[in-house]
Amino acid sequence: MSQSFDINAAIDRMAQQLRELNKKQAVMVGIHTGGAWIAERLHKQLALTDPLGTLDISFYRDDFTRIGMNPQVKASNLPVNLEDRHVILVDDVLHTGRTIRAALNEIFDYGRPASVTLAVLIVREGRELPIEAQVAGEHMQLNKRLQAKLIGGPDHLELKIQESHA
Amino acid sequence: MTENLQFDSQGRLRHFLTIEGLRRQTLLEILDTAKSFISVGQREIKKVPLARGKTVVNLFFEASTRTRTTFEIAAKRLSADVINLNIATSSANKGETLLDTVRNLEAMHTDLFVVRHNRSGAAHLIAAHVPAHVHIINAGDGAHAHPTQAMLDAFTIREHKGSFDKLKVAIVGDIQHSRVARSQIHALNTLGVAEVRVIAPKTLLPTAVERLGVVPYTDMKAGLDGVDVVIMLRLQLERMRGAFLPSEQEYFNLYGLTPEKLGYAKKDAIVMHPGPMNRGLEIDSIVADGPQSVILPQVTNGIAVRMAIMALILGGSPNESRSRAPRASE
Repeated sequence: MSQSFDINAAIDRMAQQLRELNKKQAVMVGIHTGGAWIAERLHKQLALTDPLGTLDISFYRDDFTRIGMNPQVKASNLPVNLEDRHVILVDDVLHTGRTIRAALNEIFDYGRPASVTLAVLIVREGRELPIEAQVAGEHMQLNKRLQAKLIGGPDHLELKIQESHA
Repeated sequence: MTENLQFDSQGRLRHFLTIEGLRRQTLLEILDTAKSFISVGQREIKKVPLARGKTVVNLFFEASTRTRTTFEIAAKRLSADVINLNIATSSANKGETLLDTVRNLEAMHTDLFVVRHNRSGAAHLIAAHVPAHVHIINAGDGAHAHPTQAMLDAFTIREHKGSFDKLKVAIVGDIQHSRVARSQIHALNTLGVAEVRVIAPKTLLPTAVERLGVVPYTDMKAGLDGVDVVIMLRLQLERMRGAFLPSEQEYFNLYGLTPEKLGYAKKDAIVMHPGPMNRGLEIDSIVADGPQSVILPQVTNGIAVRMAIMALILGGSPNESRSRAPRASE
């Protein structure tokens, strides 16, 4: 089942909100995999000068001992020193907040940024940690048994809603 | 028995004792995971929190500074607490002493034992007697197996040569007594290497070595002809005294890797050695320090590969029996 909403329009809204926040000198970091796709689009739209960074939070998951190692770990790539920089952290869906918690921990292992702005394509309810996005493309009400997942990237982004196996 | 012992009731990798019985998919999963751990070693803060709160005991009944150190660094980079124990092997009541030692350490809530022992099967024996939540990694047992060394060698080969299926790999030296060679042969064959050759004097080749899936040679020139990878083994000096070999000089003349002998291999062949090297006995310094040598990268890769193996067995390897759960939350 796919959720019908205009992803490109949502990304445009995110770009507009980021412009208003005046984060021109920021370093953009996308979380694998969906967040990195969104970040790629935003990075282009905002014409940021520093190269785009990507994070794979597999080594920082809090459920590692329950579900094990992700065999498709992609190495994180942060080509810019994050020390004292303004970071825009991008993900596709904000749900429980645990992925963002893991991403923040990883970012701080690379340096101490001046600030981190969280930008997500979709915000849904169900937070388990006190984490909120400053920039959101869309707010969505979803049954807690359902999982929202971005597929088809980087070129043909589509939102897939499916039963959660967690 | 070996295969069952390495997996838990759900088919997840629980111990890492030998390459035998592991699927190609499992070996590739280790190599892929290790690849992503390489970047951790290149960061300012060389740590990830995967094994935070876990206790790892390096239980070494046989001396080995290099292997023990790489396991120690690997565990620390995963944020585990590490204790090193070097225990002299007692010749009497070995089995009982070994298990008693482990039971005492178990009582201190150890999660993972890295075991090196001069008796084949020691790691298996311990694995057969520890409770379900305790994991064992074999860091070398007698002449039997050294599976993490084989995996780091496979990782280094893949880093330099890409895929395995077109490669010719020669392993040179004491095949008969080498746990490293035994594990390398199993790993390379499982990973689909086109041809694995072993090169040694007849006295250092096991009988019917072909059954391991290798092509044996006693002549270096013929054995190295056209190979992509040359793996030199450390020659145990006691083999000289054991009448396996005539003299050090003659061994070097016939089987020592010199630039001239390396010339029979492909021009872009890489040279590997598990260390520590006997320079001038199995390998010439010019080759060991030369442009084709990847001996030092092997050491660096060893940390990432050991991190991957520890992470996979501490967290469970999902590929053996079950599908992957979705990402943590979103």
